[in-house]
Amino acid sequence: MSQYFHSIRIDTEKCEGRMKCMRVCPTRAIRVRNGKATIIEEKCIDCGECITACPHNAIVPLTDPFGELSKFQYTVAIPSPALYAQFGREILPEKILSGIKKLGFDSAFDLALTCGEVSFAIQEYLRDYKGPKPLISNACPAVVRLIQVNYPELIDQLIPIELPRELAGREIKKKLSKKLKIDENKIGAFYLTPCPVKMISIKQPAEKGKSFLDGAISIADIYGPLLSAMEGIEKSSYRKALESICILGVGWAMVGGICRTLRLKNSMAVSGLNEIIKVFDDIERGKLRNIDFIEAYSCLQGCVGGSLTVENLYTSYNKILNLIETLEFEQIKACPDIREVRKLYSQNYFLIKGKFEPRPLKPLDKDLAKAIKKRKLKEEINESLPKIDCGVCGAPTCLAFAEDVVLGDASLTDCIFDLPNIIEKISKELSGSHNESVSLNLDRSKINKPQKKKE
Amino acid sequence: MNDEYVLSQKFKIKGGDFSNAGRTSTSIKEILKEIGIDPSIVIRASIAVYEAEMNVVMYANKGMVTLNITPVKLHLKLEDEGQGIADIDQAMKEGFSTATHEMREMGFGAGMGLPNIKKNADRFKIASRLGEGTTLDIIFCLNKTGNK
Repeated sequence: MSQYFHSIRIDTEKCEGRMKCMRVCPTRAIRVRNGKATIIEEKCIDCGECITACPHNAIVPLTDPFGELSKFQYTVAIPSPALYAQFGREILPEKILSGIKKLGFDSAFDLALTCGEVSFAIQEYLRDYKGPKPLISNACPAVVRLIQVNYPELIDQLIPIELPRELAGREIKKKLSKKLKIDENKIGAFYLTPCPVKMISIKQPAEKGKSFLDGAISIADIYGPLLSAMEGIEKSSYRKALESICILGVGWAMVGGICRTLRLKNSMAVSGLNEIIKVFDDIERGKLRNIDFIEAYSCLQGCVGGSLTVENLYTSYNKILNLIETLEFEQIKACPDIREVRKLYSQNYFLIKGKFEPRPLKPLDKDLAKAIKKRKLKEEINESLPKIDCGVCGAPTCLAFAEDVVLGDASLTDCIFDLPNIIEKISKELSGSHNESVSLNLDRSKINKPQKKKE
Repeated sequence: MNDEYVLSQKFKIKGGDFSNAGRTSTSIKEILKEIGIDPSIVIRASIAVYEAEMNVVMYANKGMVTLNITPVKLHLKLEDEGQGIADIDQAMKEGFSTATHEMREMGFGAGMGLPNIKKNADRFKIASRLGEGTTLDIIFCLNKTGNK
């Protein structure tokens, strides 16, 4: 039915129309109509801010249930490095991966090494790149969507290097189908995801190709079972467990992790959508041309801050940071071979298939003259509104409401500040002083309402 | 041109107000996107307004941007009250700047402002009176590309 796949659904049974989601949405994609939240599909970039904001858990992230595994002959779990940050200091990736296998996967793949390879590949790409700067990381699908929808003119600045999880899916399937002599379709590769937005890059990749992954399972969903599964797993010595960790790759779980690997480049790391919007505005003004590379994550602190993680995001950020520091201190450098990466890079092993396509918002009208007229009307309506963004009309700001009215999606009478006028009109129609006093009480009680709601 | 199809809006800029610098160019950019102006024009216009806005913030006491859009033309007029420019030809040269050390520390004052505006605009006019202020006319033609 709809053109765009979204990893977020509103459960209308649970939704009480409290408007928390509407207020936090960075792209103003939510409206509350008839007491229920609705998402404007073309504006939503799947960042997941609303999921965390909803007090009734009425916004449901769409990930795959465990049952999906039975569709495949052989299954591989590819956990996001953010999973490694969800447990105490003693539980290292080696143990986590064994635990995952006990949950019912045929194998579990450590993504950190692939992340390391991709870091090198990004470095190669940056070295040869001659176009407008800065280049922007494509690691966070919400950021890619933000560019497609709100900053289409920056689309060619997205790095066209395949994501580690996609590369891993592609290579694992190739290798396993040879080794096990089964068709690639019978191998299911599942990403263990810290956020729902990864789901959209699997179901509807921005570059319009096909994902090499078959689904995404929420870290929050497997956390409990995984914790019990890890009980009783014999762990090797701390030092030995550390030796298998790729120092370049684990950093991908947190903001700044990629930048750390590009030491000689002038790079910048930013997290949180509202902050990203400020940085992208600066890019559009031509301000950040001296920056080579920007790493941006819609979740605060990067993937460790995803809405489907369990641990407090600052705790897990520190866990990754400590792990990197420990690896540096112990001088453990389990890294991919840069010469090997360069060779693969020259064979286009890392390049994405396809191209990022812009998906700009529809203008107010297809016809430029009519669009100008509508924009003018929008401004006039906006000027007549109280501009306190109370939200009672169901739109997040007065300006957004003005646009809804112009587009015919809302009526001016939805604004409660118009209510006194309406009541005055009604009371004039009904003659007599008695009615007047009634109307006065009525409008007061209504007007007080939004003020109480202000936080 | 029928008035119905002309959008005019004014934006005030305060001299020395670095913390709010950039707001005007962001608002104008959003309006252009909503109307469906070609993205390549949006980016050129937003760079030009930003540079002009920064000039007001850095050198003038106050200024005003008047945005005027018709289906064929985007006209941005910047009028400021301030010191004005003594030698316009010199100010239009790349690399020429009267920025203070502090402004340069903030990444401004590379002497690219006015040349950059001219480079991005389809038509550009500048007039200045010393001790009174400067007026810029930045014009983009819209009729070449259709609306998406």
